[in-house]
Amino acid sequence: MFSNLANLFRYRGLIQSLVARELKARYRGSALGFLWSFINPLLFLLIYTFVFAVVLPALHTRELEPFALFMFCGILPWTWFSSALSEATNSLLSGGNLIKKVLFPAEILPLVSVLANMIHFFLGLPILIGFLVYYQRWPDAWDLLWFPVTVLVQLVFTAALALVLSALTVHFRDIRDILANVLTLWFFSTPILYWIKEAPGFSKAVLDLNPMTHVVVSYQEILFFRGPIGHWKWLLATGAMSVLLFLAGFWLFDRLRDSFAESV
Amino acid sequence: MTSAIELVNVSKIYRRYGGRHFSTLKSALLQRSILRDLRPSETFPALTGVTFTVPKGSTYGVIGRNGSGKSTALKLVAGITKPTTGQVHVDGRISALIELGAGFHPEISGRENVFINGIMLGLTKREIQERFDEIVDFAELREFIDAPVKTYSSGMYMRLGFAVAIHVNPDVLLVDEVLAVGDEGFTHKCLDKFAEFRRRGKTILLVTHSLNLVERFCDEALWLDEGHAMTHGDPKRVVGAYLTKVSEGEEVLLATTSAKAVEEATKASAEEESSQGGKPVEHPVDPTSNMFEATEGRWGSREIEIFDVTFLDSAGEPSHVFHSGDRMSIRLKVRTSKATDDFVFGIGLFNADGVCCYGTNTLLEEMSPQHLDGEAEATFAIDGLDLVEGTYKVDVAVHKQDGYQYDYHRLLYTFRVKSRIRDVGIYRPRHRWAFSPGVQFKSPSTSSGQAPSMSPGPSSDDR
Repeated sequence: MFSNLANLFRYRGLIQSLVARELKARYRGSALGFLWSFINPLLFLLIYTFVFAVVLPALHTRELEPFALFMFCGILPWTWFSSALSEATNSLLSGGNLIKKVLFPAEILPLVSVLANMIHFFLGLPILIGFLVYYQRWPDAWDLLWFPVTVLVQLVFTAALALVLSALTVHFRDIRDILANVLTLWFFSTPILYWIKEAPGFSKAVLDLNPMTHVVVSYQEILFFRGPIGHWKWLLATGAMSVLLFLAGFWLFDRLRDSFAESV
Repeated sequence: MTSAIELVNVSKIYRRYGGRHFSTLKSALLQRSILRDLRPSETFPALTGVTFTVPKGSTYGVIGRNGSGKSTALKLVAGITKPTTGQVHVDGRISALIELGAGFHPEISGRENVFINGIMLGLTKREIQERFDEIVDFAELREFIDAPVKTYSSGMYMRLGFAVAIHVNPDVLLVDEVLAVGDEGFTHKCLDKFAEFRRRGKTILLVTHSLNLVERFCDEALWLDEGHAMTHGDPKRVVGAYLTKVSEGEEVLLATTSAKAVEEATKASAEEESSQGGKPVEHPVDPTSNMFEATEGRWGSREIEIFDVTFLDSAGEPSHVFHSGDRMSIRLKVRTSKATDDFVFGIGLFNADGVCCYGTNTLLEEMSPQHLDGEAEATFAIDGLDLVEGTYKVDVAVHKQDGYQYDYHRLLYTFRVKSRIRDVGIYRPRHRWAFSPGVQFKSPSTSSGQAPSMSPGPSSDDR
């Protein structure tokens, strides 16, 4: 297993070009091209802003103003998370040709989905920066050092789930349909549209069990709230858990590897 | 000599996952049996105890019928699947021409696909950069290289895939029936490339249905049948053994279809007769008159009955598969309950298009019947079956001189003529070519008397 894990590093050139291909191919043939990487999260944000800032402004406290910025700090990483998982789940099936006909390290496919969506996330960041400038909210410089850590934790966690889901989907195609619903539930179980501090006692405990809570709250503390980041312990714990999950996911993937070429 | 590929007692068993609770997470979760469900409930052996060695620098052909495990063997060598038992050892960089352009993405340009495909096959970016022009020229796609691959025709797609794969510069090249991808010109280019590989001492493992190619190109060959290695060694011998087996298979098939046809026709005519009150039904006398709407059947009064029709080869053994130019006899066994002096034996040969190749009877050949009683045999002997390759059907009949049918068997018997010369038409006259001294051909060993075009070989006796 560890030699296979080490191989991942050897394949970085391949991963890199596949991610590039993924990004190029996605918007090839559409008039706005890769601008959609900006427009999609913006439209998403616009909808939520309309609902929660215009129609239902009373639902959030004044501390969360400007609410659009608050939501965006959560929506942007969430988009990465959810689209990475939906694409990764399908990746082995849609890349079946490669697995069956070419000597190809299968784990690359779900990882490429995760990484390609990470690039989309990065492409969305300028919009976030634009918002920060517009609202004149300058994040604390020391806090910003935590930003790459948060990204890394999210990357490892997403990759772990991507490996597990993609491997199991080969044998249980139902996962694709289940996942869409689970992701909706997960979205609302993550403090993106509300503030975790406002959650009543019991539900707070439930939310704390959700790894994405700590990722999203970290983003919010770094980018939205002033003052030193208070969530770093949770974040590091989530990171440690993600690494374990990644190893477990890779182990499962490795065990099922030989069945892919026959079952895809 | 060191070996480039070595398979030792390799078996591959494919799993068929349980049909009923196939791929449902629900049942797996309910029964807490995810891992148990992943175990096979039924297995299918694709390869059984196959051992072979391909020496470095040689070209090795694998032949066999569809589903004989050829492609599985290739995938095992390529490392795409793992053997269930046994060892596969390969020495050197492999490039597998199994599915050309498998990694192409339709939305992006040929240029970008060449790079990504090359990286997938193990090249570095720089190596591809160096070979890029060569690849594009080989694929003959210079004008289209910046168009998205989805706009390519299937031939262009395959050519590009082939060009990339062959420029990986492998030590071991695996080829799975890919020479059918291009037009004549491109196929020649591929063969030239293979020849170049051989000259440079690379190892080629070739899976193909083209026996011709195996005989011409390979140093050794392996014949797989239902996952078993039947024989390996000299390509000519292996191909010969394989062809014999194929003829045997055809023989069995033709024998059973003939038997079935006779049985059905007999039953049908019996029913017809009983429904018509035992009166013989009127049927056309001349089999050639309606040859384009010929259907199988049997009719006649059965006062004289043909109860057995057998094709005999030159040794007098029953057979259904003959080589063009062979001796062949059609033996009719007849019986009658009362002696008669009015009978004519007739024979008609038809090709698969229903064209009458030859028809005759004893009356046309001015034989006057005198006496027939009890059981008897009539044999129609052909000294040389000078027909081109194909499947032929036979009419046999016994009737009165005025056309009254005793027993007519319409297209009930089938035999096959095989030939290594791909000539066309129906009839192959005995022939030879003669040339003035100004005309010269290469010696037959290079062409093996198997000209791919439609012209006959150097001499009609060459088969």
